[in-house]
Amino acid sequence: MKLFFHLGRYTKLMGKVFSRPGKASIFFKQILKEIDSLGINSLGIVIIIAFFMGVVITLQTAYNIENPFIPLYLIGLGTRDSMILEFSSTICGLILAGKVGSSIASEIGTMRVTEQIDALEVMGINSANHLILPKIIAAVFINPFLTIISIFIGIFGGWLAGVLSGAVSSENYIYGVQYAFEPFYVTYSLIKTLFFAFIITSVSSYEGFYCTGGALEVGKASTKAVVYSSLMILLFNVILTQLLLTH
Amino acid sequence: MIEVKNISKQFEDGYKVLDDINIVFETGKTNLVIGQSGSGKTVLLKTLVGLHEVNEGSINFDDRNFTSMNFTERKLVRQEFGMVFQGGALFDSLSVIQNVMFPLQMFSHLTHSEKLDRANFCLKRVDLINKNHLSPSEISGGMKKRVAIARAIALNPKYLFCDEPNSGLDPITSILIDNLIKEITEEYQITTIVNTHDMNSVMEIGDKVIYIYKGRKWWEGNKTQIFDTNNKELNEFIFASELTKMIKHKRG
Ligand SMILES: Nc1ncnc2c1ncn2[C@@H]1O[C@H](COP(=O)(O)OP(=O)(O)O)[C@@H](O)[C@H]1O
Ligand SMILES: [Mg+2]
Repeated sequence: MKLFFHLGRYTKLMGKVFSRPGKASIFFKQILKEIDSLGINSLGIVIIIAFFMGVVITLQTAYNIENPFIPLYLIGLGTRDSMILEFSSTICGLILAGKVGSSIASEIGTMRVTEQIDALEVMGINSANHLILPKIIAAVFINPFLTIISIFIGIFGGWLAGVLSGAVSSENYIYGVQYAFEPFYVTYSLIKTLFFAFIITSVSSYEGFYCTGGALEVGKASTKAVVYSSLMILLFNVILTQLLLTH
Repeated sequence: MIEVKNISKQFEDGYKVLDDINIVFETGKTNLVIGQSGSGKTVLLKTLVGLHEVNEGSINFDDRNFTSMNFTERKLVRQEFGMVFQGGALFDSLSVIQNVMFPLQMFSHLTHSEKLDRANFCLKRVDLINKNHLSPSEISGGMKKRVAIARAIALNPKYLFCDEPNSGLDPITSILIDNLIKEITEEYQITTIVNTHDMNSVMEIGDKVIYIYKGRKWWEGNKTQIFDTNNKELNEFIFASELTKMIKHKRG
């Protein structure tokens, strides 16, 4: 079966990735570079998406509250919990799978088909470790910050939309945001983020690393990276939710 | 000296790309591997450096059996390798000087300025100056080959592997690159292997020539012997062009 072939090869690759890196100074420099290219570079898109998510959740919740007995502060609470539970981790994860995943797969895939990976191996360098580990560490480190930022931006977007549209007053919204806050939801969200960061970087690196052929195949690898890391994110979203939220 | 003993290589599809090859590549000489496109030259070169594993036989670097070594043992031998890939395989995220400094960064204990000096020395050795800060996409094909050679010699290799170092280059640049490889080989007493399908290279630098035909070693000799061979397949290969036919005719 194809699935088992890929699972086996992926596991083997991860074995090569998680070994002791060569020179520490070079390794740290690589990590910093990846934090910049995978994390800081994604800040813009994460902010834009989180803002509009917050706006839409607030407007939709307000629209759905027709019963005058339902307090309006629930709009703030709804936006807060939706952002924390699902949108900041999963939706941002899916967006990053598209942005970061395709760039990782095409970068590593290009290195493969132009023999740059062979060049590393001939020098006696563990290419999987040298190329992939810094990406995984960088994403696992920086993505939780992106998630936290997106939660705040989303809640802010909701406040702005609620107040400007007159759906909810500023005091009511802010009261709702603070009402019945469950800190574990944030932990849950961050745990999901860590898994998703690992999935995006490792699956996309895998697709690039085993790419063969030329530019056309690099393009295909990059598409596969996005598709498979998105599917894995959706799958792990279910698994982690089941494990963490149901008692 | 690199000794290749009875190596065979086949991929998953079952086709034998290399079939029972025996060769001794000599130190201080440019050993040329020639053959048609698809005959197995690249696979041979990549098998020598361990990018492909052999199915049978062994490869020895000055009496060290490379084939039976594990990754860590090979790592030490590999630091004596320099390799020039067909497309150059320069790291495109790094500038020219950073490419040449890369192996030094990874494996030497020199200070930063010593590494810089060494990299500049290598670039000067291949006649490439004032291009240090350009990226690989900003330089010509011939320059890329020069950078690749400079990177390959940065750590003073004992073994130099070049896969079609002058493919895609004009005749004048080709000869310059060929001669550069030969000079470096003799100057530093390197065991050099050059893959080529270019008869000009054979005439220019062929200290030892090995002809590969359909994955087998078909002929072995030097650049003077090659024109007098009566090996049928080799003759077809050598005299495929009008130019070589004319040379043969003139020699009588
Ligand atoms: N990784 C591989 N898997 C399967 N077959 C391969 C692989 N690499 C090369 N081959 C086959 O080996 C043969 C020799 O190729 P190659 O060594 O690249 O020839 P060349 O002499 O032009 O360098 C070709 O038939 C090629 O299709
Ligand atoms: Mg070839």
